[in-house]
Amino acid sequence: MSEFYMTEQIDKALAREYEAGFVSDVESETFMPGLDEDVIRRISEMKGEPEWMLEWRLSAFRDWLKMDEPDWALVDYPKIDFQAISYYSAPKSMKDKPKSLDEVDPELLRTYEKLGIPLIEQQMLAGVAVDAVFDSVSVVTTFREKLEEAGVIFCPISEAVHKHPDLVKKYLGSVVPKKDNYYAALNCAVFTDGSFVYIPKGTRCPMELSTYFRINEQNTGQFERTLIIADEGSHVSYLEGCTAPQRDENQLHAAVVELVALDDAEIKYSTVQNWYPGDEEGKGGIYNFVTKRGVCHTNAKISWTQVETGSAVTWKYPSCVLKGDNSIGEFYSVALTRGRQQADTGTKMIHLGKNTKSTIISKGISAGKSNNSYRGLVRMNPGAEGARNFTQCDSLLIGDQCGAHTFPYVESRNPSAIVEHEATTSKVSDEQMFLCQQRGLDPEKAVSMIVNGFCKEVFKELPMEFAVEAGKLLEISLEGSVG
Amino acid sequence: MSNLLTIKDLHASVEEKNIIKGLNLEVKPGEVHAIMGPNGAGKSTMGYVLSGRDGYSVESGSVTLDGEDLLDMETEERARAGLFLAFQYPVEIPGVSNLEFLKAAVDAQREARGEEAVTSAEFLKEAKAACKQVNLPVSFLKRGVNEGFSGGEKKRNELMQMLLLKPKLCILDETDSGLDIDALQVVAEGVNSQRSADRSFIVVTHYQRLLDYIKPDFVHVLSDGKIVKSGDASLAHELEAQGYAWLQTEPAEDELEG
Repeated sequence: MSEFYMTEQIDKALAREYEAGFVSDVESETFMPGLDEDVIRRISEMKGEPEWMLEWRLSAFRDWLKMDEPDWALVDYPKIDFQAISYYSAPKSMKDKPKSLDEVDPELLRTYEKLGIPLIEQQMLAGVAVDAVFDSVSVVTTFREKLEEAGVIFCPISEAVHKHPDLVKKYLGSVVPKKDNYYAALNCAVFTDGSFVYIPKGTRCPMELSTYFRINEQNTGQFERTLIIADEGSHVSYLEGCTAPQRDENQLHAAVVELVALDDAEIKYSTVQNWYPGDEEGKGGIYNFVTKRGVCHTNAKISWTQVETGSAVTWKYPSCVLKGDNSIGEFYSVALTRGRQQADTGTKMIHLGKNTKSTIISKGISAGKSNNSYRGLVRMNPGAEGARNFTQCDSLLIGDQCGAHTFPYVESRNPSAIVEHEATTSKVSDEQMFLCQQRGLDPEKAVSMIVNGFCKEVFKELPMEFAVEAGKLLEISLEGSVG
Repeated sequence: MSNLLTIKDLHASVEEKNIIKGLNLEVKPGEVHAIMGPNGAGKSTMGYVLSGRDGYSVESGSVTLDGEDLLDMETEERARAGLFLAFQYPVEIPGVSNLEFLKAAVDAQREARGEEAVTSAEFLKEAKAACKQVNLPVSFLKRGVNEGFSGGEKKRNELMQMLLLKPKLCILDETDSGLDIDALQVVAEGVNSQRSADRSFIVVTHYQRLLDYIKPDFVHVLSDGKIVKSGDASLAHELEAQGYAWLQTEPAEDELEG
């Protein structure tokens, strides 16, 4: 009886509206669908790129042609026709490269305002600088002057290619090689925009940096590319958010994010992923195939925190290469799937240096007819003397038609290394719901409270502004029509 | 004085099995009623049916709380109307702090009654006082609901919730089970401190022991889903001396109902 009751209650509670599902009426210049070397040349031309950048793209494309789409993840989707996707779309108004906010199309500014991210600096959260990426271009990057005073570079990567070619040449592809995997290679060939961050030696970035990705145009793919370099002894906290309109067709988002933490540097990278997840029957939604990786030099630390509530299919493993001695990698994740969503997500912690440490806390919540998998690799290389890992994977099932899976891979080649793995699977129980309701809470509030409690260890890792947003997002995700 | 709770010829079932078979009970404001009876008599079921736990279906009969049709309300509406059930086995809600949980519950109840919300500071003050009263360290407010609590701590936590929610009718479901004598006294003192002219209690217990500390106005014996004998506090002692075995050999139910 309780099984049935739970399923019914939760289904109601989960029948939510996707609030970011609107389409902005912006006139865009969009490439015809299709992918060949000519398309790549045109993307490069649109960006006015130097020859070396084009060559880099083309070599990635040639590699990609020889690669196969990976099929090892526990996700099931129809084969993607890469010739049916448009690889470039930008608002026409962006062609003349507006110099200031006053010159930016008000419709674009309104779009971000509607999403709760006002780009007018006076209206913004004081401590957060934003790079707003709309389809294939960066619309605006705020607080740049203030950041420049501190020597921090925060700009669209398309701009960094021109203004900071040495840094881009040195680090682009240094963490995720061009041939790393199928989607990464595709991204290298066709990436359009994303953020570039450089924090100089010994500098603590004076504000949170954040990029907000928005897909708007139909039939386009978004191929974001982000590169963050924290020079020796520096510190930065970076946030990323993303949404897309509600459409019946699937859209591809294949991003690459590279983080470089030089000696004694620290990068905290947080994501709240809320791409359109498709409808209850699994129609539409974003395919989110993302490669994120960071390398830690001596005493450096990289911390990934992700809250994944959107996308029809998620394939994403933010990883740390702990190259330097005493370096630290962390991965905190909440992945919520409902309806027909599928998520195969986790991390890789590659311990190369001595006394390296990694922590993995993964919270998977599955509802509806969704499938949620944790897939994680912990590798202790022969040189990883005294290295340690702690992994905790918790799954929460809501209803009885969803799936939760855990695929931990441990490779230890150093006997002094210690790897710990804990895993639990639990359900939102009838007893918990009854307790909450008996104390006067409605079922919606009860579910969202129980789920939030389950995620607590991860939420406390998010920067303050995001923790609130993530909590709200879960609440919206769990919101419905319970009367 | 009109009744706070009126149960008339209630029949209820769980998983298609009849458990409550013609229950009648009247509780006036301020009264303490003890429900005793052998295992399987339907004591806990009665609490679940009254509080509207899903899966417990009412076949016939009526229940009113303060004149309102209780059976017509959702579980949470019954709670907001002033019905509180102290659980025999309180469940854990990991990661949700006691304070957060209690504040949400109090907020929901106040909102439903059209009362103004209490500020976080005010609430914290009240919650700390409630902790003290039930002899729980204030640190329990920060811990997950019942997470890792001992049996006694869980029962005291239930009592703390009662203190903060200020219900009209409290059903204590075998609150004495698993408690040692000291813990029992703390719980009983807490309950006694809450006795007032506008709060009634239904104390469900298997043993008379609890009733040495919480003096009932009435004692009822529940057997096979209905009340077979009612009396004052002395009935509890009688039962303690005789056990429940005599119930099995008593004549047909209707004769006893009288």
